Amino acid sequence: MSSELTRLTAAELGAILADRTISAVEVTRAHLDRIAATDSRVHAFLHVAGESALAAAAAVDASRAAGDPLGPLAGVPLALKDVFVTADMPTTCGSRILEGWQPPYDATVTARLRRAGVVLLGKANMDEFAMGSSTENSAFGPSRNPWDLSRVPGGSSGGSAAAVTAYQAPLAMGTDTGGSIRQPAAVCGIVGVKPTYGGSSRYGLVAFASSLDTPGPLARTVLDAALLHEAISGHDPCDSTSVDAPVPPVVAAARQADVAGLRVGVVTELGGEGYQPGVLARFGQAVELLESLGAKVVEVSCPHFRYALPAYYLIAPSEASSNLARFDGMRYGLRAGDDGTRSADEVMSLTREAGFGAEVKRRIMLGTYALSSGYYDAYYGKAQQVRTLIIRDFDAAFEQADVLVSPTTPTTAFPIGERADDPMAMYLADLCTIPSDLAGNAALSVPCGLAPEDGLPVGLQIMAPVLADDRLYRVGAAVEAALQQHWGGPLLAQSSGIAALDEAAGRQQGGRCGTA
Amino acid sequence: MTEPATLVAYDDAVARYEPVIGLETHVELGTTAKMFCGCPTRFGAEPNSAVCPVCLGLPGSLPVTNVAAIEYTIRIGLALNCGIASWCRFARKNYFYPDMPKDYQISQYDEPLCTDGWLDVSVGDQHVRVGIERVHLEEDTGKSLHVGGATGRIHGADYSLFDYNRAGIPLVEVVTKPVPGTGALAPEVARAYVTELRDVLRTLGVSDVRMEEGSLRCDVNVSIAPAGSSAWGTRTETKNVNSLRSVERAVRFEIQRQAAVLDAGQKVVQETRHLHEDTGTTTSGRSKEEAQDYRYFPEPDLLPVAPSPDWVEELRAALPELPAARRARLQAEWELPDLDMAALRHAGAIDLVEQTVAAGAAPADARKWWLGELLRRANESGVELAALPVTPAQVARVAELVATGALNDKLARQALDGMLAGEGDPDQVVAARSLAVVSDDGELLSAVDAAIAANPDVVAKIRSGKTAAAGVLVGAVMKATRGQADATRARELIMERLG
Repeated sequence: MSSELTRLTAAELGAILADRTISAVEVTRAHLDRIAATDSRVHAFLHVAGESALAAAAAVDASRAAGDPLGPLAGVPLALKDVFVTADMPTTCGSRILEGWQPPYDATVTARLRRAGVVLLGKANMDEFAMGSSTENSAFGPSRNPWDLSRVPGGSSGGSAAAVTAYQAPLAMGTDTGGSIRQPAAVCGIVGVKPTYGGSSRYGLVAFASSLDTPGPLARTVLDAALLHEAISGHDPCDSTSVDAPVPPVVAAARQADVAGLRVGVVTELGGEGYQPGVLARFGQAVELLESLGAKVVEVSCPHFRYALPAYYLIAPSEASSNLARFDGMRYGLRAGDDGTRSADEVMSLTREAGFGAEVKRRIMLGTYALSSGYYDAYYGKAQQVRTLIIRDFDAAFEQADVLVSPTTPTTAFPIGERADDPMAMYLADLCTIPSDLAGNAALSVPCGLAPEDGLPVGLQIMAPVLADDRLYRVGAAVEAALQQHWGGPLLAQSSGIAALDEAAGRQQGGRCGTA
Repeated sequence: MTEPATLVAYDDAVARYEPVIGLETHVELGTTAKMFCGCPTRFGAEPNSAVCPVCLGLPGSLPVTNVAAIEYTIRIGLALNCGIASWCRFARKNYFYPDMPKDYQISQYDEPLCTDGWLDVSVGDQHVRVGIERVHLEEDTGKSLHVGGATGRIHGADYSLFDYNRAGIPLVEVVTKPVPGTGALAPEVARAYVTELRDVLRTLGVSDVRMEEGSLRCDVNVSIAPAGSSAWGTRTETKNVNSLRSVERAVRFEIQRQAAVLDAGQKVVQETRHLHEDTGTTTSGRSKEEAQDYRYFPEPDLLPVAPSPDWVEELRAALPELPAARRARLQAEWELPDLDMAALRHAGAIDLVEQTVAAGAAPADARKWWLGELLRRANESGVELAALPVTPAQVARVAELVATGALNDKLARQALDGMLAGEGDPDQVVAARSLAVVSDDGELLSAVDAAIAANPDVVAKIRSGKTAAAGVLVGAVMKATRGQADATRARELIMERLG
């Protein structure tokens, strides 16, 4: 029973929790067991909060027994990216500089999840301060892709994606700044959504790039992602950039799952040379599928998307160089070199030298340079102009199409270590996802098959206008339903890697029972 | 940079060099809550007790703008005759310092809320219009206490303590345009400007403007150029100027010092200087070589500020009467010459006189008492006029007693003695000390006769037509009655007797 529970979707768990077929404590325990059995291989978690998770689950059970009205996710477990602050768990952002820091407050996302009765299993691994596409930049070691443990799970929300893929949690929260939800979802074969910027609160999300950071869901189904999306969304007075507008009807849209008559725009600039053939093949089939489901497919051109990556690598590091200044060893986290003889300036420098990893330092230096007087106009200023042009490209494209589609990422999951020393190659993983971050519109990645050449998952990216997040779910759910019918089940069922993980977990579980 | 060994005498310096001054004034706003969070702004709380994740800059926290601070800033801008931006943004000013929780300050850079205004000030009968470059809003930093070391600054300290209660308190910066052409009056103009600005802010009720508590702080810019030169000199910025007197002294010192530097054939270095309150001298701080690049960029955590024209006009219409207009009105009502009005202002007596007049006294009497006897008493005891234990209503009553003839000036001063000694209201003191003018002819006549008998030579003079000599006899009567005689009646009686 226990291992079967981890196979259920959040919607299914919600239903059997609601009719009290099962208790939240049992569901939570099953997932904690699964984590215990698999995480030495996957390394999705930086912190597992078994005790508090079980206590939260027991509280949900008590609440349900008392007849309190509960939401659809009450009692459903979740892995929280370690970039959201938690008043009862450490928050490291995958960095040595915050190792051991215990925040005194909850992020808005954290608080809303708790209020919805969602059980927080622990904190998921990530690239340091969300900078990376592989989790190799985590100071605490990389997470691994459950499809193939020698490969990356993507990033920066790689721990979140790996946890959901490895059936450690049905749901996870990630953040997307340049693709950090969609790219790991794509290479792990699950669903990931970047809501409209400002649709989900950034309060308590440790900032990487303030004008881009967007919290969003990762799940194994489009409906599950919608349920989580709805639970965390809505205006937050603590975040000035939070949108004061009704949450788009994402759950209803996921249930509607219908694309008949919808205009789907294929972005000509996102594809072609440099893309893995298997990725392009699966993407092409997905477009054909949409057409067969009644969508009207058109080609749209977004000529300025080719400047999106360089613009992003000026704007994001610029903001990061300022956002990460506060990690100076004076008030919290790591303090290095304070031997009583050194000045505050020296201690700050030594702390930052010791506490930040290479990629974080690289981006701080890039951003510091781009903002410095005499260079601002040529770099940061110019990048903001490019951003405006990209927004206009989207506006024009959405005149012709209700949603846009592209591959989520140019390649499938790459081997751990392959791009670690080549930042430019790493940055290319976000080529297709960055435009929506710069424009602030909504985008989703849904699995669309395995690349024939390596048998690894490929993601279909769907993009919708600002605050039209529901369209993502309508299209995503339709694609998901058609493909699962075609495959005869979920894509993850085709993974020999996950099967091997199950087997190893079974052995470990057996062994543990023997000695218990 | 070598410091000059001796200063140039001030008069010599301003005879040969023309100073240009500029002032940047920081004002802590008196909003209930901080700039970007709900923490209270009260002064003197237990260190690090009025803090939260936002003003401590904890990872993940975000600022939310306090609309009251925007409103206060717009009102300041309007009072200083500025234009109000219809759209502007906050910017981040990036630099590392332990008193800044985020290692950047949310401020305004090239898009200030208020621009291009002016404030008129006067020194004696000289009037100067000080141009206002900009008024912008930012958050204050924490407060540091450097323990050990010689300078009280972070370099050389044994350790430092930080209090973040002040971090995030809304701070308005009022920046003047360069003020040329004030010549030898430059130090006094600087002081007059800060004084006038303080009065405006106090009238607006936007700040408690206490320099000693740091809610009003000044940076003073000074440059000098040879008299008659069309170009301006290199300026220095003296920070840490925290009293009106220091503003004046800082300008004066810098003029003298820079004159010495130029006289020695050297160049003035563009730098930050620190004022030492004890000596009134300035010393070099950061020099240009270490100048910071603040890497300003628009604050992405906040929405732009876009005050609607309707709101701005509403705020303009609701502005209170400003100090200059009020002084002009009162001066006209009281029919006082410029110098008398300036003297009242200098003594901090305008409010007191206004209240005394409101309590029924004639303006001339109110001015006479506050600026004369009471100011003398205040100076003697080294307190502000307003701190004397006498109320305007009491002074009005004393003036009334004099006007009706119940007291003369000498008795009135005795009544004030009693009031200052805490003996109660004028009427209580008058009763307790039996202060009353003696105008009863019977009592007076014996004193008059005695005076006549005792001064035959004076009597002779009067009889020969030198009636002015009667004053001597009046004096004798006053002395005999210990000042309680009605002097006018005494003179009448003397003239009757000798007539």
